[in-house]
Amino acid sequence: MDDKRILEMRGIDKVFPGVRALQGVDFSLNEGEIHALMGENGAGKSTLIKVLTGVYVRDGGTISLKDHGEVQIHSPQDAQKLGISTVYQEITLCPNLTVAENMFIGRGAGTLTNWKKMNEDADRILSSLDIPAKATQQLASCSIAVQQMVAIARAVDMECKVLILDEPTSSLDEQEVEKLFGLMRDLKSRGVGIIFVTHFLDQVYEVCDKITVLRDGQLVGEYEIKDLPRVQLVAKMLGKEMDDLSDIKGEQGTYHGADANEQIFEAEGLQSDAGIAPFDFHIKKGEVNGFTGLLGSGRSECVRAIFGADRVLKGSVKMKGKSIKITKPLDAMKNGIAYLPEDRKDDGIIGDLSVRDNIILALQVLTGFFKPFSKAQANAFAAEYIDKLNIKTASADTPVKSLSGGNQQKVILARWLLMHPEYLILDEPTRGIDVGTKVDIQKLVLELASEGMSVTFISSETDEMLRTCSRLVVMRDRKVVGELSGDDLTQNKIMSTIAGGEQ
Amino acid sequence: MSKKKSGGLGKLKGFVGNQLFIPFIAIVILAVVNLVHDPAFFKVVLGLNNAGYPVLSGSLITILDYGSELAILAIGMTLVTAASGGQDISVGATIAIAGSAMLRVLCGGNTRPDTIQAPIIVAFIVACIVGMLCGMFNGMLVAYFKIQPMIATLILFTAGRSIAAWINNNELPIVPDPKFAYFGGFIPGMPVPTTVFIAAACIIVIALVLKFTNLGLYTQAVGINGSSSRLNGINPTFIKFLSFVILGLCVAVAALIKVSRLSTINYSVIAKDIEMDAILAVALGGNALSGGKFNMWASILGAYIIQFLTTTLYKFNVKSDALAAYKAVVVIILVVFSAPVVRDYISRMAKRFAPAAKKEAA
Amino acid sequence: MKKRILALIMASVMVFGLTACGESGGAESTAPAADAQAEAGTSSLIKVGIINNDPNESGYRTANDKDLKAMFNEANGYDAKFSYSLKNDEQIAAAQNYIADGVDYLLLSAADTAGWDSVLKDAQAAGIKVILFDRTIDADSSLYEASIVSDMAKEGQTAVDWLAGQGLSEYNVIHIQGVMGSAAQQGRSGALDAKVAAESNWNIVTQQTAEWNAEKAQQIVQSVIDAGTPFNVIYAENDDMAKGAVAALDAAGISHGVGKDVIIMGFDCNKWALEELLKQNWNYDGQCNPF
Repeated sequence: MDDKRILEMRGIDKVFPGVRALQGVDFSLNEGEIHALMGENGAGKSTLIKVLTGVYVRDGGTISLKDHGEVQIHSPQDAQKLGISTVYQEITLCPNLTVAENMFIGRGAGTLTNWKKMNEDADRILSSLDIPAKATQQLASCSIAVQQMVAIARAVDMECKVLILDEPTSSLDEQEVEKLFGLMRDLKSRGVGIIFVTHFLDQVYEVCDKITVLRDGQLVGEYEIKDLPRVQLVAKMLGKEMDDLSDIKGEQGTYHGADANEQIFEAEGLQSDAGIAPFDFHIKKGEVNGFTGLLGSGRSECVRAIFGADRVLKGSVKMKGKSIKITKPLDAMKNGIAYLPEDRKDDGIIGDLSVRDNIILALQVLTGFFKPFSKAQANAFAAEYIDKLNIKTASADTPVKSLSGGNQQKVILARWLLMHPEYLILDEPTRGIDVGTKVDIQKLVLELASEGMSVTFISSETDEMLRTCSRLVVMRDRKVVGELSGDDLTQNKIMSTIAGGEQ
Repeated sequence: MSKKKSGGLGKLKGFVGNQLFIPFIAIVILAVVNLVHDPAFFKVVLGLNNAGYPVLSGSLITILDYGSELAILAIGMTLVTAASGGQDISVGATIAIAGSAMLRVLCGGNTRPDTIQAPIIVAFIVACIVGMLCGMFNGMLVAYFKIQPMIATLILFTAGRSIAAWINNNELPIVPDPKFAYFGGFIPGMPVPTTVFIAAACIIVIALVLKFTNLGLYTQAVGINGSSSRLNGINPTFIKFLSFVILGLCVAVAALIKVSRLSTINYSVIAKDIEMDAILAVALGGNALSGGKFNMWASILGAYIIQFLTTTLYKFNVKSDALAAYKAVVVIILVVFSAPVVRDYISRMAKRFAPAAKKEAA
Repeated sequence: MKKRILALIMASVMVFGLTACGESGGAESTAPAADAQAEAGTSSLIKVGIINNDPNESGYRTANDKDLKAMFNEANGYDAKFSYSLKNDEQIAAAQNYIADGVDYLLLSAADTAGWDSVLKDAQAAGIKVILFDRTIDADSSLYEASIVSDMAKEGQTAVDWLAGQGLSEYNVIHIQGVMGSAAQQGRSGALDAKVAAESNWNIVTQQTAEWNAEKAQQIVQSVIDAGTPFNVIYAENDDMAKGAVAALDAAGISHGVGKDVIIMGFDCNKWALEELLKQNWNYDGQCNPF
């Protein structure tokens, strides 16, 4: 084994009922290296990591570590003892414990805990990493971003040699991402090998040294970052040569109907109990617009208020010029408004229910309690959208929770499209999903708009919004601070509006 | 040949994963044990009762008869479990309340009336209203005040029997009309116990409700992910509340049977510990007690299995105060077998034996 | 002084109730109460803590509780507190509360015969007079002032003697017991157990506790019927359980009562049970106070 090589995985196989999740995958990691693991959802990234961390037992292949030789990893504890630490995409800490308890839980050498020392240690680590949390604070009271950082701090503190970051940045804003990258570079200089899983291409090119690409459970290849331009990377991930990202600009997404100027939805002085200032908003038929702003600026809260997801305190809303009242989601749905929520896991999917039930749910609720669809009807609906959105699932009966993130998102999208809404709100539909699906969703939005559907699109990735939206509402500190359209729709203009450079 | 065999094994493996697997295995085990011990267990005979009417009797009839209340309660308990992720432990106490209300109406506050003071149907409707009120109380605490179901229902569990006694001034009235005894016994000329018909009616009603409404979908959605259900236009609070009200109705029907069996009531012991059996029925059916997905038929089957077990234990002359201990053993086995670790192990073993069987066949 | 009078009154009421069992006891019990009222007029009320079994336990207990409440109330000069439980530990806890409250008298009908020594010693130390009623306990007799209890052993023996007098060639008995460990259960079971052990033609078909519960008794008898084991006596340790047993017999078409296939025996002499006796549906009912 190479001197600098700290991890070597050879010919890893993993089979799930009906699926070969990994087939003979090789992966290696050097000391002081940040190595991106890339691939679409379902490519096998998560499975490979779970094999490495002992969550899954592999069906074939070998894992070797520097200083340990060939190892058998049967549990996350084994992995931890061998110096492999993981921070997962979904936060796996205990929200009802304090920050310090979360950092030290399960690591106590003895049965007695020196609370004072533990809290002091935790505070020291937190401040060294510049994480805005106190040791004695309850974890649930921190923002998701801070919780994520606490998870990283926990992993970092465990003297790891191999640190796995599985989508750590999907809930962080730009500054927090920068802070994390600083931390990663710091660890790199100390000789830690980092496996970085992300969907953000920019981030890969900003911080990584090497890229390993997987597709359909197989290794595509390992590349030096400088040898692999972006377009190439996307092509390798998708398995075809194409420049999808530039493909979708412009030509689609314009609605040419006679009623193109009709206001579909109008809101005046709308305010919910989620702590946003009253705001005005409107959208025309076939228009795609969006709310932008930093994480926590109130963009989600605005669309939640429109949909009645939070309690509406005041304001008036009109649908096609007619005054309506929305006090609960069902009211909005009855008026042809659909809402794909930001938090897919907690607000979107009904995990244990089948893909079919998840798809028909909204339309079924709208149809009425006493009018259930026949089995044949439900199957037809499900089949139609599984096909239309290319949802990868074993069958319509598969529980939705066993699908990959991107496919789960497509199921929820299918649910709302089945309702044939006039106005579709998509809150972070592309978060945490693979590039292929991202592009699919953006294309779909423009296609729907060209057919006359009004869409509000929210994304943390500004270029995504620039590609799809014809008008952006900019938010700062829970207030609407500007509206951009036409030639103003540039990255710089958005930044300056967010920063308050306008006026 | 080899193909055929592996196909069978594949089916078997599929069945191991099926929710009805555990209840089915339980029935097989109980049936075999009884068959070996005394084949007469399965004998059903047509005889005359003391009123001179033909009636069927035998252990199997006893199971169907005494399992009725439990099967009815299991219907409501399954819905409550699915929607709220918790259980109602006040079922026995609310049976006492509903039963007491029924007697109060029938006897008009008189301990030993010569005739009933109101038609039986009126008394039953009153019991249904009282049962649903109790359900509303529990449902309100759980759905609107977000109290954990076990804690919320602990209130009626503790106070229910005293309330039941208070309704009849602590008296133990006896219903004079022999017709009232039909519900827990036999209708003259009908050899099958009335309870079997009542249970069948309840099962048919719930089957129709599940088929012609979205109760099942809504309940499961709310139990799995309340916040998501809300964003899909479902009112999770109301669905939870509704599940408790439905259970209240089941309680009233069970109370009718219980009170009718002896035409009287004993507040402190009527339907004692039945809540545990009802919860056990849901669990035996392979339903997660943490809520979400449910299989109504498995729960109902579970209820009859519990009665099967009870009847078997009586048959073996097991001390009746030790019954609870045997049920506890069943719970342990059940919990262990439904644990993912054990299920994985079983399917791994099945896999290991499958190739061996193939080879043999070849 | 006054307290001694109370004890006397108490004792006389209850002893009378016991001896006058079967006659109309109600009229007698009100007479001494008038005396107590006269006493109470001059000073504060006498504090009494009463620990009884749950009044819903049986028809007997309901009547017993009613009588106690008719006697021990403010109008009669008592400040009486009642607590009910079928569980010994809860009863002991209640007794400890009464001792802490500083009651003058502790009236006790114990759920179980064992476990009372230490709490009664506490009562003695606090100068509280303890009077047992209905149920006896396994404790030194110095720990209580008076014990006005039914002689359960005698009651059981009487019943068994009566049964022996029926002159059956063979006795196949379904024995349905009360809550295990209670004085009533022990007394009523003891006599039967002894007889079965002594006589070769006395057999127990099944011996199960139905915990005074009619429904359970019904199931127990049902299981014997389903099993097809022959029997000709049902010895139920209270009326409710006898009623449950009879319900099972009725459904199965087995005749019972005077001159029929199965002898039915109950205890407690509830009014409805006596009516069953009159109708000759039952054969025997053992008696308890107060009535």
